[in-house]
Amino acid sequence: MFELWYGIVSVMLAAYVVLDGFDLGAGALHLLVARNDRERRTVLAAIGPFWDANEVWLLAAGGALFVAFPRALSAGLSGFYLAIFLVLWSLILRGVAIEFRSHVGDRLWRGFWDVVFSIASALLPVLFGAALGNLIRGVPLTHDGWFQLTLFTTFQPHDPVGTLDWYTVLAGVFSLVTLTGHGALYLFWRASGPVGERARLMGTRLYILLAVLWPVTTLATAAVNHDLLAVLPHRPLALVGLVLALAGMVGVFVSGARKSAGAAFIASSAFITGMLVATAGCLYPVMLRSTTDPALSITAQNAGASPAGLHTALGWWVIGFPIVIGYFVLLFRLHRSKAVAAEDGEGY
Amino acid sequence: MDPAFWHRLQFAFTVTYHYLFPQLTMGLALLIAVMKTLGRRPGGEVWNDAARFWIRIFGINFAMGVVTGLPMEFQFGTNWGGFSRVAGNVIGHTLGMEGLFAFFLESSFLALLVWGEKRLSRTAHWLCSLALFFGSWLSGYLIVATNSFMQHPTGHVVGADGVVRLADFAAFVLNPWAIAAWVHTMMAAVVTGSFVMAAVGAFYLLRGTDAPVVRRFLGLGVTAGLLASLIVAFPTGDHQAKLVARHQPAALAGMEGRFESGPYARITLIGQPDVAKRRIDNPLQVPGMLSFLAFGAFHSDVPGLAAYPPDTWPDNIELLYYAFHVMVGLGTIFIGIMALAALMLVRGKLAGNRPMLWLLMLAFPFPYIATTAGWMTAELGRQPWLIYGLMRTRDGVSPLVHPGSALFTLIGFAGLYLVLGFLFVFLIAREISHGPVAVAQEARYV
Repeated sequence: MFELWYGIVSVMLAAYVVLDGFDLGAGALHLLVARNDRERRTVLAAIGPFWDANEVWLLAAGGALFVAFPRALSAGLSGFYLAIFLVLWSLILRGVAIEFRSHVGDRLWRGFWDVVFSIASALLPVLFGAALGNLIRGVPLTHDGWFQLTLFTTFQPHDPVGTLDWYTVLAGVFSLVTLTGHGALYLFWRASGPVGERARLMGTRLYILLAVLWPVTTLATAAVNHDLLAVLPHRPLALVGLVLALAGMVGVFVSGARKSAGAAFIASSAFITGMLVATAGCLYPVMLRSTTDPALSITAQNAGASPAGLHTALGWWVIGFPIVIGYFVLLFRLHRSKAVAAEDGEGY
Repeated sequence: MDPAFWHRLQFAFTVTYHYLFPQLTMGLALLIAVMKTLGRRPGGEVWNDAARFWIRIFGINFAMGVVTGLPMEFQFGTNWGGFSRVAGNVIGHTLGMEGLFAFFLESSFLALLVWGEKRLSRTAHWLCSLALFFGSWLSGYLIVATNSFMQHPTGHVVGADGVVRLADFAAFVLNPWAIAAWVHTMMAAVVTGSFVMAAVGAFYLLRGTDAPVVRRFLGLGVTAGLLASLIVAFPTGDHQAKLVARHQPAALAGMEGRFESGPYARITLIGQPDVAKRRIDNPLQVPGMLSFLAFGAFHSDVPGLAAYPPDTWPDNIELLYYAFHVMVGLGTIFIGIMALAALMLVRGKLAGNRPMLWLLMLAFPFPYIATTAGWMTAELGRQPWLIYGLMRTRDGVSPLVHPGSALFTLIGFAGLYLVLGFLFVFLIAREISHGPVAVAQEARYV
């Protein structure tokens, strides 16, 4: 049961990264790929119907973590206290920027929100990547199962660690490049006119950068957490993830060269999913790794809620999850044609 | 200073601010669904036009509710880690279900409701309004059920390690406290929605902007306002108070500023509690009424605070007392205002009665004050418990988060929310200045 819920939480987080990832990436890039108001509205039109539902995956994954692993959730969120509030404030400003921007036609108003939208959209992937970096590097857990990290200490990935060090920042940059590449390929697929063409070039370039960053980040990960890569050959699921990620990266280049937009976006989604599956597959059963004593690590077993409660939660989860998939199928079907900028006052 | 102080203040501030938005969303969701339904009848086009105006207001308000709601979910972990570790196995169910069943529904259909009228068929757009109504009221239920576990825990067992575990899912989700509080809260949201709707209608009429839709704003606002104001007081408010009397007697004593126990308990209409001297100054009281309202008989014994050890008293009795009295006082006034307006409406004289229109226009902030005071009553009355009788508030904070960090993030929220508040008022005022007849939206992106 703990293994199953570890999987459920991982699947929901992966859905969050793939889905909100494309609108975060598109937001971070939109000042570069969209150069006038009409083009920016095209970007907003492409992500407008989706961004809020995409973001709910983060809350829903948090809810699954809460019910299944309350010890992991409470230790993690309180331990990264200041970083979590940076995430929250970025999410707030970003949501407001998307929803409020097009209500007023004034240039200063729109210019202001465009910059807010870009900065918040770029900061969030960095913070999420750094968060994953922290889980891989580990945190100084106490005997009671709590920890508290300052934002940064010496920028070295060993005690006394801070939320940000060279490794977690590298993970943040890796995440930013991945999600901006993903967002660019989404715009290549969904945005009409020059935005789509610029996004295609941008997406291919970002994936070339990613192809360089990937081995670098992997080497850094091996240096920071030796066990993680050591178990890889013994974890079939992680190997499947690795193959999926490799296939995704090759797929991005092939379909980018063929200008096959939908395939490029799917390949990019496969790369992200594969990376996350491989990471989760290697980390299991650890949820919060201890930097001091492996026995203090919070794992799926020692953080898990009562099996009876998990059984009950599974009952409502298997009802809710297919309904949610249904909503997304409906949304993508309703918005299947390329996005065109809305007239003033008639859309995002 | 109490180490939990900044954590409590931050949660209180962010949740109070947040709830300014969902209460209008939930109230308007019902009224918009009613308008879209009336708009389906032959000749009901004017109701569709009326709905179009309110969907614009709904969209802006909903966005504020979404972004200010995010920190609420996260603060369970960041600031209240002790509570989450103890109770996550129980309240994680309602919070998890809220994401899966309510938030996905609302977020998937909001953009279609706001921007999709021309693109979608009439039936599909009507279904979107029903989806938003259902989603927002379901979300309301699951949050109230979470809170109700803290007020009156049911369906759980406490382990030897102090961790609260789910024992009976149905008993937890269908907590009688939750059902009562939900109906009360939803009706209060309809009061807010209908007062705002009537105020906007009155504003246009006073400005000389008369249109069929403006009359509909006023008519629906006053009708729904009267019904909801009545239901908020009776039976739901009355029932809620009886639950408090039975399960949280110290909270009831604090709400009434009652220190001594005894039968024929007086209800205090007006007066100032002096906790140090254990009395009410300048009281205007009705003998026996509290006994009757709380337990159904004038001779019932209503315990005062003196019957309980002081360390189980609510820790801010003055604020609790005033919050409760402000809520009840305003709720009574709402019934009066809406009954008067409804009488004029039935006689066809409301639209021409300028003093009444002025009253309706200026009354809209007061339901917000009443709902805020209502939640303050519930939450201050629950103190010093985080889970009533099981866990104290001071034990629920994240043990390693410095109070200074909580103060820092509280200041951050104060600044951010001040700016958001100005933007919100600016955008709503702009929508209203565009006039009551909104143009049908064409969603070009679809």
